[in-house]
Amino acid sequence: MLSGAPLRLAWRHRDLLEYRDQRGTYEAFVHNLGLLLFWQSLNVYTVMATPRNTRRSQLRSRISQGSDSYQTNLLAWKVKAEPGNSKCVLKDSSAVEDSTHADDQAEDDLRIAVEYFQRGPRKASLNKEKILEKRLKTLENVAWKNGLAPETIDILLNVALSGKFGNAINTRILKCMIPETLISEDSVVKAVSWLCVGKCSGNIKVLFYRWLVAMFDFIDRKKQISLLYGFFFASLQDDALCPYVCHLLYLLTKKENVKPFRVRKLLDLQVKMGMQPHLQALLSLYKFFAPTLISVSLPVRRKIYFNNSKNLWASALIAVKQRNQGAFPEPPKLILGPSKGRSLKRKWSSHSVIPALNSANIECRGKKHLSDFLRSEISLPIEQLQSFPQLLQNIHCLELPSQMISVLNSSLLLHYINCVSDEAILLRLSYWLSQTLQEECIWYNINNYEQEKEFTNFLDIVIRVQCFLQEGFYSCEAFLYKSLPLWDGFSCRSQFLQLLTWIPFISFSEVKPLFFDHLAPLFFTSTIYFKCSVLQSLTELLQNWLLWLSMDDHVQPVTSSPLETTLGGSMDSVFQLIDYVGWLSVIAIRLESNSTLLLHFILDFYEKVVYKSQIYDSHFIGLYRNNLTAAKKNNLLKKEKSEFSLSSKICQEFNYYLTVMVHCLWMSTPFEKGVYIDPQILENTEVTEYRNSLNLVHHPSLLSYAACFLLQYGSHYANSLISQVKKCNKILKNSSMHHNGSISELEFLVNDAFSTLFADTCMKSSNTIKGLYLALKKNEIMEFGGKQKELEKCYTE
Amino acid sequence: MDPYDSQGSTSRRRTSNLKDYFVGATPLQKRLESIRRQSSFFPSPPRRKIPQGTELQEEIDPQKVGFLLHKQWTVYSLTPLYKFSYTNFKEYSRLLSAFIAAEKQKGLAVQVGEDFNIKVIFSNLVGVRGTQRDPEAFLVQILSKSQSSREHREGRVLWTGWFCCVFGESLLETVSEDFTCLPLFLANGAESNTSLIGGWFQKTFDCCFSPLAISAFHLSWMAAMWTACEMDHYMATTEFFWSVPCSPQSLDISYAIHPEDAKALWDSVHKTPGEVTQEEVDLFMDCLYSHFHRHFRIHLSATRLVRVSTSVASAHTDGKIKILCHKYLIGVLAYMTELAIFKTE
Repeated sequence: MLSGAPLRLAWRHRDLLEYRDQRGTYEAFVHNLGLLLFWQSLNVYTVMATPRNTRRSQLRSRISQGSDSYQTNLLAWKVKAEPGNSKCVLKDSSAVEDSTHADDQAEDDLRIAVEYFQRGPRKASLNKEKILEKRLKTLENVAWKNGLAPETIDILLNVALSGKFGNAINTRILKCMIPETLISEDSVVKAVSWLCVGKCSGNIKVLFYRWLVAMFDFIDRKKQISLLYGFFFASLQDDALCPYVCHLLYLLTKKENVKPFRVRKLLDLQVKMGMQPHLQALLSLYKFFAPTLISVSLPVRRKIYFNNSKNLWASALIAVKQRNQGAFPEPPKLILGPSKGRSLKRKWSSHSVIPALNSANIECRGKKHLSDFLRSEISLPIEQLQSFPQLLQNIHCLELPSQMISVLNSSLLLHYINCVSDEAILLRLSYWLSQTLQEECIWYNINNYEQEKEFTNFLDIVIRVQCFLQEGFYSCEAFLYKSLPLWDGFSCRSQFLQLLTWIPFISFSEVKPLFFDHLAPLFFTSTIYFKCSVLQSLTELLQNWLLWLSMDDHVQPVTSSPLETTLGGSMDSVFQLIDYVGWLSVIAIRLESNSTLLLHFILDFYEKVVYKSQIYDSHFIGLYRNNLTAAKKNNLLKKEKSEFSLSSKICQEFNYYLTVMVHCLWMSTPFEKGVYIDPQILENTEVTEYRNSLNLVHHPSLLSYAACFLLQYGSHYANSLISQVKKCNKILKNSSMHHNGSISELEFLVNDAFSTLFADTCMKSSNTIKGLYLALKKNEIMEFGGKQKELEKCYTE
Repeated sequence: MDPYDSQGSTSRRRTSNLKDYFVGATPLQKRLESIRRQSSFFPSPPRRKIPQGTELQEEIDPQKVGFLLHKQWTVYSLTPLYKFSYTNFKEYSRLLSAFIAAEKQKGLAVQVGEDFNIKVIFSNLVGVRGTQRDPEAFLVQILSKSQSSREHREGRVLWTGWFCCVFGESLLETVSEDFTCLPLFLANGAESNTSLIGGWFQKTFDCCFSPLAISAFHLSWMAAMWTACEMDHYMATTEFFWSVPCSPQSLDISYAIHPEDAKALWDSVHKTPGEVTQEEVDLFMDCLYSHFHRHFRIHLSATRLVRVSTSVASAHTDGKIKILCHKYLIGVLAYMTELAIFKTE
């Protein structure tokens, strides 16, 4: 009914358009548009009204159930006839009327057909056969096209199973039992009751069970049907019915249905009938619910356990599903598979394939406690866990897997692992991981390509899980310690370095001999790419440590700790790590002769250090602001110092840096305070005005930043310094014409331009800067860079 | 306001973890600490005690010891068993026998508790442990019930396996009460049966088996320690096997010494009473090597030691051992337990 209205509307619309084409007049179109709107409003009314009426009729049918279903039925038909009243409005459109008529005609025909079947076969009738055939055809057409309403199915099921007609007719009726959207549970219960009367033949029974299995998902509720479990189970005795009843039981069986007497009955059947796939499937489900009662191991090769009952209705089922549009999600079903499957095929002791999820069976595990009994009643086996909301609802009563490590493959259960505090769960994971990592590790064993691939995949899974949990496993840490001394630095490199990033926070002095002392020789003797990846991993390690500490930074230090760790101590560890990476970097830079790639990774590390220290080390920032003026006024720190509870050493160090920075950046006197370099060396660089030129501010690597900055903001102030630009251009031209033009001239130019720009807080035209930059790059950077290098050497020596 | 308060339970959990971390209270933490400790001693402590009999050893049922001696065992390391109970042996027998029956006749369901043609027996191995703290060892036997000869009520033993822990303190500290720590598993019988039964244990007690290979390094230790044992009478010659990797077939070198000569050699290198040190082991083996080199001009140190057999026990690098001497049963098992624990951590 509900779906009929929009359909009809579509019809009208099409007819109307045709009508417009015929007449071709605007007026007629407007007139008909009005009609269309009117029609639409009517249909809206229909759509609104129908569900309410239907619900009422359903209610009535439920109340009057059993007493007089005919009456209920008529009411339902009346509802259907209602919208037909409005069709008189559209008299001038004959095509429209026809279609309405045809539609209603079909409904009328169906009603007549159903009434016909309900009355049963009439004995004295002239063209009995013909009418019967006609009615059947009507029924089939409607059923396969649109499906039947629950009431209709209710009536016709009664007809088909009560044996009023012959077998052939009943079969045809049963095949038409395709729901429009759903089937009422009561209809099924009534239908099952007919099976006991013995009025229908074996074939009809088979067909009924096949229908029941096929339509199982469309039955609105299953509560009463579940109560009939015993009846269905008894039907297993019938050899012809057995396969279909098995399938139905497979869909129906719940834990409470599995009883020792039923297990015995099924085993007897197995003895009688041999290894039947349908029986195997049901038995394995029983085993799933009650492994203490029954044991079975399914053959590996078998894939299909039930003849597909749905074949008969395949196309119709798709249509019903579409009509339902996911309103009735299919209930979670167990996926049948061999209980152990592949892992048994493999050598049993290799675990690289993470075991499949299997619920733990509480009864197998030691003494049963009262709580176990209570829990097992409501617990949800993890095999049935399929969605996140389901996890949330059942999080208190999950039946955890028998092999905890199987959670590695289940993203849902990883959420669970993330929030449990049960140490036993983590221990189970940890034991398995430790053993397996060591067992599978390829550099312990003989090299084997296949095995290496497997191990790599396994590590990838573990790494993914660690990233998900944002936490490293202790087993992985232990594995690193144990295996690093034996590692060749090549196999599974990417995985190994990723594992390194998740070493849980630990005091640096402890981890150094275990890990870094072994890593360093590998680092120094390997390629630049290895160095870069190690640096990248260490950057991530730093990040993870800081993250870890930030989660706990309100924790009071525990004084009785054997590690003597306080939060300050933890930060010490972080500083030690930074120092260590600094040490690695300095040596790496020398070894790789200032490779840009390496520099990039080192700078990346320090960028993270700076960024993180801003976030995590608020003391540092506070000190910075308060002391800025103090530092400028030359060591007035003593006054300020009392306000901070930091050691004087840190303060001194800090102020030293600050002084250097101020001299460098603000006062352009880099070599007067702080950094002391023998003037002779500076003279030797042959850079005139070295104070200016060799200042950090003028380092070529900063030029790109300056250019970038200017490109971004320069255009706004392009006109303000035109004369300056002209001057620059002139000198630029000269310098690019004469390649030997002095550096200092150009530098002066750049400096001049820059200082002007900064002083006026406005920028040169971007083109000029670009030109300047290019000229510098082309002519002088190489030379400048060479001198910088010499200088760096002086620094390091 | 503390910005981390809003993070709720996660933050709190981690907090408690951190505390535990600093105090080192939880089994997980203890475990990690012990691993860190161990890793710094890598690969093995520099000295060990020469095996001695223990008082507990006298509790051992002589009939059961008969099962254990003179049989070749394949050794495995095993992670702690979760929710294992010594009081449930009957139930385990029922379940395991049904499981084996179902696996053997693929696809045919069997009822638990039904009468099968095999019988599974779980039993305690009283006294097979180093200290009172070690959990008790237990034995699993699979017997065939031959229908034809009913008079043989015992049936033929198809498979035997046992689980034990001898002086496993280092592991025991790190285990919480839900777990039973029996890191050494020894099996005798068809490999297919071992895999079947091992699979059942893995699934039922969430544990993990892995074959315990014995490296040449540890074989040298065994050779030294077992030679050092005082014997009333020697039952077998002391014999070493080296393998030379060459194609097409590897070459095996066997080196047999009269046990008393071996003992004499050992006594000459041995200094610390009651203990064996790494230097002594190295010296002992070096003496053997140089003796061999003098006669055959072959540097055995360049080959791989694959088997050691003495009157106390014999061991193969593949992880197979045979214990010959009742007196040193516990001593041999202690060393094997140590290796198994090292492997599982």
